[in-house]
Amino acid sequence: MSRQSQNSDLMIVGAGPAGLSAAIVASGNGLKVTVIDEFLEPGGRMLGQFHEEHGRWWVGKRIAEQLIETCGKQGVSIRCGLSVYGLLKSDGLWEVSTSEGRLSAPRVLLATGAAEVPVPADGWTLPGVMSIGAAQVMSNVHYVKPGNRGLIIGMNVLGMAIARELSVSGVSLAGIVLPPAGTFAGSSALPKECLRLLMGLSHLAPSPVLRLGGRVAGALGMAGLVSKFFPRRGIKLWDIPLMLRTAAIRINGTDRVESVTLADVNGAGEILPGSEREVPVDFVALAGGLYPLAELAAVAGCPFLYTPELGGHLPFHSERMQTPVEGLFVAGNITGVESALVAMAQGRLAGASISHEAGAYGVDGERHVADAVEEVHRVRSSALIQFHPDIPEVRKKIYQLWQATYQAGG
Amino acid sequence: MERINDHPILGKKTQRDSVNFSFNGKPMAGYRGEPIAAALLAAGIRTLRKHEESGNSRGIYCAIGHCMECRLQVQGKGIVRSCLTPLEEGMQISEGLQLPNEITGRKRP
Repeated sequence: MSRQSQNSDLMIVGAGPAGLSAAIVASGNGLKVTVIDEFLEPGGRMLGQFHEEHGRWWVGKRIAEQLIETCGKQGVSIRCGLSVYGLLKSDGLWEVSTSEGRLSAPRVLLATGAAEVPVPADGWTLPGVMSIGAAQVMSNVHYVKPGNRGLIIGMNVLGMAIARELSVSGVSLAGIVLPPAGTFAGSSALPKECLRLLMGLSHLAPSPVLRLGGRVAGALGMAGLVSKFFPRRGIKLWDIPLMLRTAAIRINGTDRVESVTLADVNGAGEILPGSEREVPVDFVALAGGLYPLAELAAVAGCPFLYTPELGGHLPFHSERMQTPVEGLFVAGNITGVESALVAMAQGRLAGASISHEAGAYGVDGERHVADAVEEVHRVRSSALIQFHPDIPEVRKKIYQLWQATYQAGG
Repeated sequence: MERINDHPILGKKTQRDSVNFSFNGKPMAGYRGEPIAAALLAAGIRTLRKHEESGNSRGIYCAIGHCMECRLQVQGKGIVRSCLTPLEEGMQISEGLQLPNEITGRKRP
């Protein structure tokens, strides 16, 4: 295959909130931008997200539509249905290997988002068992219900937010239960640990649990004080039973999901003898949480940090969204799992950072970048869904480590 | 599974064309441009392939192209991820098959 000439000033991988926001800033500053995405349409996970906020619905799809429209007006080329599988620097240009041939650009922004942590359980390969994100995409993006009645395994912010969406979309749910205890589940199978994480978020005012469903926060608060008295049948989160003392033991069926065997557990996640029972469902959604989708950063030679509060291994990056690899930038959930609003602010910051590096701002560059950094802080501190209470603190540590590593002694 | 025609928060989809296709030789209908996996789910089909070695049934898992669980065969395209491949008029689709296992020599009863 012959080398293609440079076809963009900036190649962005991922047409979600971060990628599209970065494209708008960079193209607004005169850069020729191409955005690539593997999905059938742009918008990323915002396409299926909505939640209630002060009595009104925040609808991710509407925001995505606005971003896509602005990109169109500013001449951004958005190419969907393309998979990126390679990234190689050659003669100062990135060669981006895609399922439709090679593209090249001097700068690449990885805005690939996050992937779901698998929740292995007995019977989880049966058709009808899916990640909770799959249930969300089928229902809210493709408008096909994932099944007639389902059960959610795993208790975390992502699972609870999507449970609410499914319920609003008219999908019937038998409940949210704990994963089976064991090596894979670790502390996520412990009632107290789940409660601690959910309640740990509530020091933020107003709490995300409160935002997810007002009257539930009070019930969870009570349960925190006396968790062993948490009702066996669970408490109702909207119309969905949140069963903090119940674990899924096994998913049953021959060629598809027919039922799930549940059992009550004690505070250590151990099964109470005689408490097993079968619940008939035709689909199961596994909610294991998210981790940064960062393989392309590794392929490009970027060093990684392990930061559990942000979802695990993530590419080392500066507060300005640079990586140690020249011409490689990151934004959005690849830098750590946070909400779509934070991803958009990070995208705008990456767009400013890249524009500055490309000389598009002239003498004002430093100011534009500093403003964008401030905006990320502002959005983060007021973000509606917080995935982990310690995010601002661990972010600070990452940026300090960057300073110490790459800027010590100027 | 049931289709959501008018989503209570997101509204209706813009007008979509119906197309005909076949799955394992059986005639079916879906919408042009929707992922094959969504059209099959709407038709009540959960098994998209048999595991290459064990022959066990497998269906969608992540629905966004990460996990490769939903791979199946489309005539003229080979093996594709059904969650990312748009449905077209006249597509001949068949489930992924268990493979003969001369290499490992393992046999199942």
